[in-house]
Amino acid sequence: MPITKENGEIRATPPFTDEDVAQLRVGDHVRFYGTIYTARDAAHRRMITALNEGKPLPIDVKGQVIYYVGPSPARPGNVIGSAGPTTAMRLDPFTPALLDQGLKVIIGKGGRGSIVKKSLQDHKAVYLFAIGGAGALLSKTVKKLDVVAYEDLGTESIKKLEVEGFPAIVCCDMYGGDLLLQGKEQYRDQATLGAYQSVPPAEKAG
Amino acid sequence: MTTDTGTRVREINADDISRVVSELCQTAAHVLPDDVVAGLRKAEKSEKSPLAKQVLIEILENVDISKRDLIPLCQDTGTTVVLVDVGQDVHIVGGSLRDAINAGVGKGYTDGYLRASMVAHPFSTRVNTKNNTPAVIHTEIVPGDVFKITVVPKGGGCENMSKFTIMLPLRGKEGITEFVLNTIEESGGNPCPPLVVGVGVGGSSEYAMYLAKRAIVRPVGVASDDPETAEFERELLEKVNALGVGPQAVGGLNTAMAVNIETYPTHITSLPVAVNLQCHSARSKTAEL
Repeated sequence: MPITKENGEIRATPPFTDEDVAQLRVGDHVRFYGTIYTARDAAHRRMITALNEGKPLPIDVKGQVIYYVGPSPARPGNVIGSAGPTTAMRLDPFTPALLDQGLKVIIGKGGRGSIVKKSLQDHKAVYLFAIGGAGALLSKTVKKLDVVAYEDLGTESIKKLEVEGFPAIVCCDMYGGDLLLQGKEQYRDQATLGAYQSVPPAEKAG
Repeated sequence: MTTDTGTRVREINADDISRVVSELCQTAAHVLPDDVVAGLRKAEKSEKSPLAKQVLIEILENVDISKRDLIPLCQDTGTTVVLVDVGQDVHIVGGSLRDAINAGVGKGYTDGYLRASMVAHPFSTRVNTKNNTPAVIHTEIVPGDVFKITVVPKGGGCENMSKFTIMLPLRGKEGITEFVLNTIEESGGNPCPPLVVGVGVGGSSEYAMYLAKRAIVRPVGVASDDPETAEFERELLEKVNALGVGPQAVGGLNTAMAVNIETYPTHITSLPVAVNLQCHSARSKTAEL
């Protein structure tokens, strides 16, 4: 079973179907087991160029997980270096095209823009965040690493990771929920803020 | 050695500067400063959101693992910002200061298995320079014969959320408050809160941002020397934390560990305000030669 729930912990093992994704809700703590792929800015640019030219992607993303990470180099004897998530919103312009290809799960940090959130709903896909700046902690869950595409990109190449218990929290689910908007609402202290008017999160990173 | 006017000059060897910079890069990437760790612990104790509290506990675990196993605190080991105070009675021998610093950065990032994140030709080919050089170097010439050097590995996630404006002078504290709060609220989880918020007020456009950068290096928990500025820092920190953004923007009481403001006189027509955000992995390391 790709998704199992036990003692409040959700274990997730790719590949995933629409029905698997349907079980994941905003705020759920999920631990991933098995294969996840890495890709960030440069790899996304190449993948989208390939799609625009009618060429196949270097990996089949159908039902899979993409983790936005550019790890630091591994010390001798280690599988990987520090391996925390990068800002997800920077990948927003590339995301709907990959969801069109069947990508089901994305892991990064920070929130997503409205176009991606809508696309997640349309494609029955889910975005989770891992803790940004916890790269040493997260690296401990990575048991194997193979570079599978764009090796020349170094840290930005596409890597296939085998993980055991990689932790992430559901941020944007397929029902349109957004953990970051809900959380802020709950803990805002408007009395202290006085006349200050709230602004929505930015729709793009930089 | 003495100059023609009889001033004693202290000689510092460029190789020594390179060696120290290499060590500073590696230590900064693996060991979070005590003041920042204390700030994180204080945040963890005061946090009311269960999810935010869990996030802070894991951030503190990460601090321990990084130091113990020499795995960088964050895979983004940053743009290497180097702040140097050079006494005017110092003479650097055996090479240029700039080359010495860059040699140290290159060695530190290579030997320390730190990520090389710098790309040349930034608007076109973006080719990685392979060893994180060049550093971004700010030099202050100061009295005496001191040589103090601070390495600040500055992550992209938080640096990208920097903002600058020049507002009408009449907007004063109210305008600055609104600008700082907007910057933090808009950036959400991208800069990895809980933050150290650096605010530079005054000077000219480029100087305001430099002040903001200097501000993020001031230790967490150390207030401005100027009582009026210190009071404004307290007010701003309270307001930033009232936003509810919280650690990793999951919602919570701890959006920032500190708001540090540095000021400088400015032109009669101007009120320049720069905000430089520093993530919870507020890395820096200083040495004196």
